[in-house]
Amino acid sequence: MRRGGIAVVLFSATALAGCSEGVLNPKGPIASAERQILFNSLGIMLAIVIPTILATLGVAFWFRSSNRRARYLPDFEYSGRLELLVWSIPIMTVLLLAGVNWVGSYDLDPPKPIASKEKPVRVQVVSLDWKWLFIYPDQGIASVNRLTIPVGTPVNFALTSSGVMNSFWVPQLGGQIYTMAGMATRHNLQADYPGTYRGRSANYSGSGFADMYFDVDAVPAEKFAQWVDATRGAGAVLDAQAYADLAKPSKAVAPFTYRSVAPDLFSRILTAGMRRDDGSQLTTPASERTTK
Amino acid sequence: MNLLGKLSWSEIPLHEPIIMGASAMMILGILSVLGWIVLKGYWPYLWREWLTSVDHKRIGVMYIVLALLMLLRGFADAIMMRAQQAVAVGDAQGYLPPHHYDQIFSAHGTIMIFFVAMPLVIGLMNFAVPLQLGVRDVAFPTLNSVSLWLTASGILLTNISLVVGEFAKTGWVAYPPLSELEFSPGVGVDYYLWALQISGIGTLLTGINFVTTILKVRAPGMSYMRMPVFCWTAFASNLLIVAAFPVLTATFAMLLLDRYLGFHFFSVGAGGNPMMYVNLFWIWGHPEVYILVLPAFGVFSEVTATFSGKPLFGYRSMVAATMAICVLSYTVWLHHFFTMGASANVNAFFGVMSMIIAVPTGVKIFNWLFTMYGGRVRFTVPILWTIGFMVTFVLGGLTGVLLAVPPVDFQVHNSQFLVAHFHHVIIPGVVFGAFAGYTYWFPKAFGFTLDERWGRGSFWCWFIGFHLAFMPLYVVGLMGMTRRMQHYDVLSWQPWLLVAGFGALVILAGIACQMMQLVVSIRAREQLRDATGDPWNGRTLEWSTPSPPPAWNYGVLPRVTERDAFWSMKQRARVTRDQPAQAREYRPIEMPKNSPTGFITAFFAVVTGFALIWHIWWMAALGVVGAFVTLLVFAFRDEEEIEIPPDEIAQFYRRDRVEAAV
Repeated sequence: MRRGGIAVVLFSATALAGCSEGVLNPKGPIASAERQILFNSLGIMLAIVIPTILATLGVAFWFRSSNRRARYLPDFEYSGRLELLVWSIPIMTVLLLAGVNWVGSYDLDPPKPIASKEKPVRVQVVSLDWKWLFIYPDQGIASVNRLTIPVGTPVNFALTSSGVMNSFWVPQLGGQIYTMAGMATRHNLQADYPGTYRGRSANYSGSGFADMYFDVDAVPAEKFAQWVDATRGAGAVLDAQAYADLAKPSKAVAPFTYRSVAPDLFSRILTAGMRRDDGSQLTTPASERTTK
Repeated sequence: MNLLGKLSWSEIPLHEPIIMGASAMMILGILSVLGWIVLKGYWPYLWREWLTSVDHKRIGVMYIVLALLMLLRGFADAIMMRAQQAVAVGDAQGYLPPHHYDQIFSAHGTIMIFFVAMPLVIGLMNFAVPLQLGVRDVAFPTLNSVSLWLTASGILLTNISLVVGEFAKTGWVAYPPLSELEFSPGVGVDYYLWALQISGIGTLLTGINFVTTILKVRAPGMSYMRMPVFCWTAFASNLLIVAAFPVLTATFAMLLLDRYLGFHFFSVGAGGNPMMYVNLFWIWGHPEVYILVLPAFGVFSEVTATFSGKPLFGYRSMVAATMAICVLSYTVWLHHFFTMGASANVNAFFGVMSMIIAVPTGVKIFNWLFTMYGGRVRFTVPILWTIGFMVTFVLGGLTGVLLAVPPVDFQVHNSQFLVAHFHHVIIPGVVFGAFAGYTYWFPKAFGFTLDERWGRGSFWCWFIGFHLAFMPLYVVGLMGMTRRMQHYDVLSWQPWLLVAGFGALVILAGIACQMMQLVVSIRAREQLRDATGDPWNGRTLEWSTPSPPPAWNYGVLPRVTERDAFWSMKQRARVTRDQPAQAREYRPIEMPKNSPTGFITAFFAVVTGFALIWHIWWMAALGVVGAFVTLLVFAFRDEEEIEIPPDEIAQFYRRDRVEAAV
């Protein structure tokens, strides 16, 4: 009926949406598994929700006051059997869903490493006002607003923020995680297919928020090695001073790279976020942080 | 030292034509209404009969008037956001720069939750609960007036922020560290915090008042299991208010200490922890969802039973489900931030708890279904809202359960999918419920029913407009669009956002229908007159008294012997029809005296709030002293009640034969 029509429109629409980009078009194991759980839960619930909608419309229509063929039961207000039914239907649905939820929560816990023969690439992520800094500690390089990763290799993220909270989200590779100053969250993602995937901040962080996106370039392993070499050969050095400059608020920054990174920069950003003792000062947060 | 604190002429955004236009319209509107009142000489009437009234029915009506006015403001914000997102694609920046757009979405959320949804449900509870309980007023009538006017103070402060200064640019949740002085040095967050602190105290007082009323002030024979379900849901909702609002007040107080006195509760560094704010905010925030939706569930229960001509199916189940939701709502707050990095143990636990809430909610849906089963369903406007709610809300609930699964939540949290979800439950759940209650109780409040045709038109516009406006948001959410984006560069989102914008216009048509409905109904009030006091063939006590009810509600307090008290009275009256109606013996009725305490306290609350926002310390002190003295004067009042003599009561009922007919 009406609602059925809307449901059909909704699903064809989401199918359409899945063709191009986003959550329904996963390019890695985490996003695929998350989509599977989405579909499973949706299926379980639709099995009960669609009949309920139809029954509501059907009962309301059949028992309309002008329908003299419908029986009038003015005292029908209790039935033990029906009560049992109305409690058990949602309980059983929820039991099933709770199982899906429980297993999924452990399987797809963001800090859980992805099982793989390949050694994971480590990336340290810092959300700044309003751009993303990606540090590759093992390669000693860094990149702003573009994340280059090898295909088929797990990427192990440690994430923090220079000040306000953001959320690191690459829909086609997997779910998001918050970045918070003075704290490191962990995440693991992997791209199975080469391509460019859009990532963005999902947690509103101020006036430059809308431009706080980046591209993830998933490239074959050899190309990744070439990119690392090329990056090492050009660009500036990311030391405390360069970081202080970078951390100053700026919007819609075009991607660029650093050929080398001061060792332990990430952990210094972390501890600075914890130690900073006067949060009420109006200086640029990050510049103050690195001078400590 | 500057006597005006941070305030200066430059704080009025004269260079922003959009803000100034809106401000000018608002000020002109207020001035013309005030001018009209003065010219017509309505001021004494307004003061005597409304502004100082402690009558729960009038307070209820005023709450709803406030809510409907703020609905227009909040909806204007919504239209502006939809228009911005319809055009700000690619390199275009739209017509709203970030600092304005960010204020709009923050104001929209704050206004719609605190100043539309809350006054709507509190207004309905104020109007209907004492009537349904068969009593003359709430437990603390003057406190009730204080609650109303403190809510109005919060509303006024929020609207002042449009003209003087700015509103928060943090989203309606105002998460630190963004809402800390370091990142939001302006007065916007202070407007947000003080407006909500003041109205929050009003809401807490309402909660205390209604819990006391429902526990202690009921008609003779009105035992707990004979109370109408709306009273049960109001009880659950007010218990939640009493338990949850102090959390919000304390949380905001800590943020205020951070901002005003350099504390470090939620700051970056120095031992502050923003995660604590997020937890505390949602420990209030999730029960808040049920504070809003439970009374709406109560309205749907009343409406379904009345218009099906049947008692509510499974009354005990309904009560059990309501109380179960009341308790469970405190065990799920973490699902608002699964993405914060808690362990899988924590996420899985809160995911399961969130799903469990769906059980009592599902039970309610089935019980409404079985209430209609075997009934004679009259398709009036209130039942349209109810059926519209049932078929829409189950899908909104479905997407809510999806969000309760942590791995799915990681992918859709903070996206437009989330925006679509919470509108998908709040609009059918709370707004449709409030409109059903508005249409249902309107004849009781004013003595005439609302026009059906415009009501139907409004329902269909809202129903269709809602789906057009929010279904596309699910799609763009899955495509990776987050909430709160001032512009975007992904071209494929735009068609969906255009559809959403069109949907908002259809909802606007629905609102226009409601305005027309009011105008048409007032003009045709003689034809629509409800002479019986029982226009819908109702079941609960409020329909046994004339429409509109006298200030004392019941000349003689009803004696309740069964559930659906009025229905059973009517059944018995039918059997004993031949017997001559006995002449009633009326006793004098003591009614609480009108009091300007609420209005004056609220005036000083606005002064205090405004002064604190702008750091005008002498004025803040003046405001606090003023409010305190007002309450002191009230505490030392000589007479608190007026007595209505039996003659006056008898005279009223001779004019209005309703009560005698039963």
